[in-house]
Amino acid sequence: MSRVALVTGGSRGIGRAISLALAQSGHAVAVNYAANAAAAEEVVGLIAAGGGEAVAVGGDVGNRADVDRIFAEVEAALGPVDVLVNNAGITRDGLLLRMGDDDWNDVLTTNLSSVYLCTKTAMRSMVRSKWGRIISVSSVSGIAGNPGQSNYAASKAGIIGFTKSVAKEVGSRGITANVVAPGFISTDMTAALGDAAESAAVTSSAIGRLGWPEEVAAAVDFLASDAASYITGQVLVVDGGLAL
Amino acid sequence: MDRSEIESRLNGLLVSELGLDESKIRPDARFEEDLEVDSLGVVELLMALEDEFGVQIPDEEAENIGTVGQAVDLVANKLAG
Repeated sequence: MSRVALVTGGSRGIGRAISLALAQSGHAVAVNYAANAAAAEEVVGLIAAGGGEAVAVGGDVGNRADVDRIFAEVEAALGPVDVLVNNAGITRDGLLLRMGDDDWNDVLTTNLSSVYLCTKTAMRSMVRSKWGRIISVSSVSGIAGNPGQSNYAASKAGIIGFTKSVAKEVGSRGITANVVAPGFISTDMTAALGDAAESAAVTSSAIGRLGWPEEVAAAVDFLASDAASYITGQVLVVDGGLAL
Repeated sequence: MDRSEIESRLNGLLVSELGLDESKIRPDARFEEDLEVDSLGVVELLMALEDEFGVQIPDEEAENIGTVGQAVDLVANKLAG
């Protein structure tokens, strides 16, 4: 029986690549999306065309009622979640001196509270089945900091501390919790940062180019596998050597 | 549901959910000290009790469960109340 993976924010960017990679490795995939149903349905269609199983599940993962409904829908369609990928994230960049409270709260809610809500909800069935994988997508911003991203970096650093604590709580039950921290990956989110930021990232990285979403997805797919059973509480940086 | 039925269903959960040795389960057995159930194991037991008996056990009441007998008492009180 194939394992069930839920990918939050799984319809676009890195999340889309993760959904496709997990389907490729045999998971039944629930593709969560916040607003863009068409993008999610396209990913589901691609997975189905490849012979895989997938469903699109809309909802705001920063909202408890939505999270409860998302998990209920996934369980009804595919079964309990075995692999949770906390990927959903937004940016509201700006220097701290000019940052609005909403910019802070929205980013912390969508990027960090969502990880708390989804992980807590997923944990119940994982503890019962004595197997589970929690993989949360952080960012090198959360490790090294980045001007204009104090809210985003705080949320992404928070994910790391959260993950290490959860790893210690549930390790004895066959559940691992890890973080993947991408650097500058070619997505809509990074395209919005502009050419100057992009060329600076290319220059700073050891590999000398932007990363592809598939390169992040490969790390997530590995951590979701049985092969990664002795790895927990770790931060796997996928940034082409940007933060060295 | 009478007390003996609660006790037998709870003992079943201790074996199936927590993997305990049935011969060690007695009313006065302490979960942490005698049965070597860790703190997460106690939480697992609470979740299993809630599902099995259809009751809600708030955290402040959960703290009072130290022994198998106390867990039976709590469920019996919940079902009576």
